[in-house]
Amino acid sequence: MEALLALTVGALVAAAIYLMLARSLLRFLFGLVLISNAANLLIFTAGRLTGGAPPLIAEGAEVPAGAVANALPQALILTAIVIGFGLFAFALVLVLRAHAALGTLDSDEMRVAEPRKRAAP
Amino acid sequence: MSWILSLPLIIPFATAIAAFALRDRAAGRWISVAGSAMLLGTAALLMARAMRHGVIAAQMGGWPAPFGITLVADLLSAAMVGITAIIALAVSIYALADIGGRLERLGYHALFNLLIGGVNGAFLTGDLFNLYVWFEVMLIASFGLLILGGRKEQIDGGVKYVTLNLISTVLFLSGIGLLYGMTGTLNMADLSRAVETVENHGLLSVVAMMFMVAFGVKAALFPLFFWLPAAYHTPAFSVSAVFAGLLTKVGVYALIRMFTLVFDHDTGLTHTILLWVAGLTMITGVLGAAAQSDIRKILSFHIVSQIGYMVLGLALLSPLALAGAVFYLIHHIAVKANLFLIAGVAQRLTGHTELARIGGLYKSAPLLAVLFLIPAFSLAGFPPLSGFWAKYILVKAALDIEGWLIAGLALLVGLLTIYSMTKIWAQAFWAPHPEGIAPALSRIAPGARAALLLPVAGLAGLTVLIGLMPQPLLALAEAAAAQLLDPTPYVAAVLGGAP
Repeated sequence: MEALLALTVGALVAAAIYLMLARSLLRFLFGLVLISNAANLLIFTAGRLTGGAPPLIAEGAEVPAGAVANALPQALILTAIVIGFGLFAFALVLVLRAHAALGTLDSDEMRVAEPRKRAAP
Repeated sequence: MSWILSLPLIIPFATAIAAFALRDRAAGRWISVAGSAMLLGTAALLMARAMRHGVIAAQMGGWPAPFGITLVADLLSAAMVGITAIIALAVSIYALADIGGRLERLGYHALFNLLIGGVNGAFLTGDLFNLYVWFEVMLIASFGLLILGGRKEQIDGGVKYVTLNLISTVLFLSGIGLLYGMTGTLNMADLSRAVETVENHGLLSVVAMMFMVAFGVKAALFPLFFWLPAAYHTPAFSVSAVFAGLLTKVGVYALIRMFTLVFDHDTGLTHTILLWVAGLTMITGVLGAAAQSDIRKILSFHIVSQIGYMVLGLALLSPLALAGAVFYLIHHIAVKANLFLIAGVAQRLTGHTELARIGGLYKSAPLLAVLFLIPAFSLAGFPPLSGFWAKYILVKAALDIEGWLIAGLALLVGLLTIYSMTKIWAQAFWAPHPEGIAPALSRIAPGARAALLLPVAGLAGLTVLIGLMPQPLLALAEAAAAQLLDPTPYVAAVLGGAP
């Protein structure tokens, strides 16, 4: 199971990097979504996979009986998903604004803040 | 004791909410000033506590470490919160005149205080995942501030800033995941013990590299700094100043924290890389600045160059070098924020920040000229200003371990810094204005003039004060460095001395 998930993470990261190397900002954003999900999956896998019971403690007991799934990575991923979603929504709107204001999504064409040096007159 | 650690977080967030509610009225901006003043008082109390009791820690929500989230302040954290509060107060006073009604209605003051809260959180947390959350708080607030107003340059710079910082975030998160998988803990004090039991040092080094790259992007290290000069010259001057002062320094702080407390298993590898990176950061930053002709672009490249000095202190990892890094951090935040504030005044008087299009400031605004010379000379390392001592300590630390090359490089970069500062001085201050304008300070209304010059004069005064009396800050930096090099009290304070 770990091997399968590790390969999945690897494939996701590879696809994400391929997309992020593109000059189009929209492709970059798709890459960003993939790589954040790969990171989440990585945390999940690194937190050990136990195909066991949910981490519930029986009434009156102090500790759960037997092996249970690790709840902490799931809490971390949940936080990361929420934050990642917020940041992605911002980035999407920013790219939309960039397209409206600059008229292009090609990152090589975006030179308003850093104009190319003109040849000396 | 926990209130003193949570107040530096509660005050900015409460201020942000109040300022957002009152964003249509003039009261909003005064709330921001009042909040920053309260923060400064709290930071002073925190500093006093940290000096008296050593490392102080508080468990949030009553969960004992390492299970809950710990807030912890050693001398480095307390000093960083202190200088953050000083910058917050200076910039919020400056913003009274600098930020117009339109940006205020868009929520400038709320975002600004949110940013300060995020920065304080990053300095005070003792939990790695919590550090990630604070980075995100800081990041989203800085995104908002950067593009507030929505001019073309801002959007353009914002795209580069946002994309590169998001990549760093993903790397940071992956590093956290892998480190947790290896050690089973996220509490930084607990991690410092747990990494010693990790047998696979190679894997640990890989994770250390992930953290180095992630924090390296935040700190604008070579070769990861390209987002900084692309973005920092585009927003309002108040925003530039607070970014220049604080944001990259959070990255440096995180590097110092992680690479003294957790990743000290193979300093021969990690800190050698840091040393090379520090040297290259210094030299590329200063050469990049030499090629620019806009005040804010020159200053932006100098941030990169100066970050190199701080990382140099971390890379050498001797008590003196670390003390130098801490000293440099404090000095640099005050000086750099001040230079951006002065650039704002200069732009207001002359109409531009492009050096070819301005001039005449020395003749018609001599006060501003003096106020510029203090931080500019301090940045370059002239005695008796704060930058001289910061550079002196680092160069001495490098010479002590016979790092002739890096010491020479640090001195050379100081020399080249003077070149850039002279360029600004000659063009903006000495040369006459190309359109014949006499940019006197009286062109600004008296109230606005006071709001603009008071923070500038205050920060310049701080620079001179540190320069003339370096001993208190040096003692503080040395004590902070000692705490960094021997994490036992830090670990004991967080984990309660448990075995």
